[in-house]
Amino acid sequence: MIRFVDVHKSYRAGGRDIPALQPFSLDIADGEVFGIIGLSGAGKSTLIRLINLLERPSGGQVFVDDVEMTALAEPALRAQRRRIGMIFQHFNLLASQTVAENVAFPIRLAGERRAAVVRPRVEELLARVGLADHADKYPSQLSGGQKQRVGIARALANRPSILLCDEATSALDPQTTASVLALLAEINRELKLTIVLITHEMDVVRRVCDRVAVLDGGAIVERGSVADVFLHPQHATTKRFVNEALPEEAVGAHVPYAQVPGRLLRLSFRGDATMTPALGRVARETGIDFNILAGRIDRIKDLPYGQLTLAMQGDRVDAALAALRQAGIEIEELPR
Amino acid sequence: MNLLQRLFPNIDDWGEIGRACVDTLLMLGGSMALTVAIGLPLGVLLYLTAPNQLRPMPKLYAVTSLLVNILRSVPFIILMIVLMPVTYVLVGTKLGIRGAIPPLVIGAAPFFARLVETALREVQQGVIEASQAMGASLWQIVRHVLLPEARGGIFAGMTVTAIALVGYTAMGGAIGSGGLGDLAYRYGYLSYKSDYMLVTVVLLIVLVQLLQMIGDRIVARFGRH
Ligand SMILES: Nc1ncnc2c1ncn2[C@@H]1O[C@H](COP(=O)(O)OP(=O)(O)OP(=O)(O)O)[C@@H](O)[C@H]1O
Ligand SMILES: [Mg+2]
Repeated sequence: MIRFVDVHKSYRAGGRDIPALQPFSLDIADGEVFGIIGLSGAGKSTLIRLINLLERPSGGQVFVDDVEMTALAEPALRAQRRRIGMIFQHFNLLASQTVAENVAFPIRLAGERRAAVVRPRVEELLARVGLADHADKYPSQLSGGQKQRVGIARALANRPSILLCDEATSALDPQTTASVLALLAEINRELKLTIVLITHEMDVVRRVCDRVAVLDGGAIVERGSVADVFLHPQHATTKRFVNEALPEEAVGAHVPYAQVPGRLLRLSFRGDATMTPALGRVARETGIDFNILAGRIDRIKDLPYGQLTLAMQGDRVDAALAALRQAGIEIEELPR
Repeated sequence: MNLLQRLFPNIDDWGEIGRACVDTLLMLGGSMALTVAIGLPLGVLLYLTAPNQLRPMPKLYAVTSLLVNILRSVPFIILMIVLMPVTYVLVGTKLGIRGAIPPLVIGAAPFFARLVETALREVQQGVIEASQAMGASLWQIVRHVLLPEARGGIFAGMTVTAIALVGYTAMGGAIGSGGLGDLAYRYGYLSYKSDYMLVTVVLLIVLVQLLQMIGDRIVARFGRH
């Protein structure tokens, strides 16, 4: 459990305090994958670094597993940091050490130097991230995706309860991103690890996160389950991120709605509702007609969802809408 | 032997040249060891206490930095003369190998310290941050992150320093510290025996080449991968 209570942060630069994060409170539950999305300079890195106190808050308290991080003295803080793993956009591996030595590093820092303990643990970690054959290579001999896997193995070395990811996939190509995200999801599932993940890509949030907070200019402008935020974005920034994650035809941005007769609606299905033929059934029962203008079916983490933009006509549109809502479909009426 | 005699008519005691070589190597070895022993921690101190670094201490940094700059700006030959009373107090003599070592170290350690500081600054900020996130203490960061990551630069700095020290030992020869410089000065300069000069110069060049080669090897072996 990570808990921020009335936390705010300003940086001191040139004799002035420059606010980076407005006061906020936030809880991140055990075992969830929590996404933080925002544009460059929104304060994402600042927020995640407040968790392991790489950055000290200017006010408020930060709790990790009921320990008040902000109240700890230096040695206790170091001990607590060992229980929080972190991975970085640019991997930050030791260039002078081999892959195995990099992974062993946090174990050694924690005081465990016996080879009989360290070596099997390193082997196990490398096997988990799929790098068993690369133990004796140097980071410069690895691809970006492999480097990030070393970073993940290193972050897991001391069996942390939390993993912080600061733009962990931003330096990777789409395919490598997908495989690293799959690895993070697997770790979350199997090790019951809480993951806090920073990104500027909604697609990353959609694929692995359970909940998300949207940062804009140092303030959390929207937060909630990924499905809610993704299907019904409220804030302008969130809408921008969501639309970026969708191909244009799925958003229906270029359909000339003015010429389409009927009422313009956006239907959102999630979970089981995605799998039932509700739309066809309701159309038959109520005699309405519909014209699909845009649509998309995909997954939010493990939840299937669909979103259709359509124009509906007929005498009994209201009855049809009521029946669709009854079937668990969310409906938004679009302005025209 | 005949050929040597014809080429170097003034050199009748090659053993003296051999002893001078040994003296130079002893001065070099002794002063290099002490230079590293003092310059390395000093470089780490400069790095850590600089503004915006891991342990910023503006006053300590300003004082250390000024002292280092002063020692670096005094030409070695002058430093050696100025330091003579100090040298006497430290090692009980102003002459010979022992008398040469204090000024050599005091001249070279600040130079090496700056090279160490520069090498440490090359270490990626992100790597330091990652080790902080892993709960590393300041000492652990210095010992296990900064020094290993910067070792290529530090070895290169040692090479440069050793070569500078060769030059310093030769200068020291002029005021009685012995070694190849002393030979060149006494026979080559004061007695116009140019063959002495030639031999010592060639030996110094060989020594510097050797140091550079060994240094490059070490940097290639232990530097960046
Ligand atoms: N050490 C610092 N000193 C002064 N200002 C800082 C410092 N670190 C960050 N800032 C400022 O705080 C704000 C938030 O920075 P932060 O790094 O948290 O943004 P971010 O969302 O992570 O951006 P990016 O996506 O580019 O990494 C920015 O305006 C930045 O300039
Ligand atoms: Mg950032």
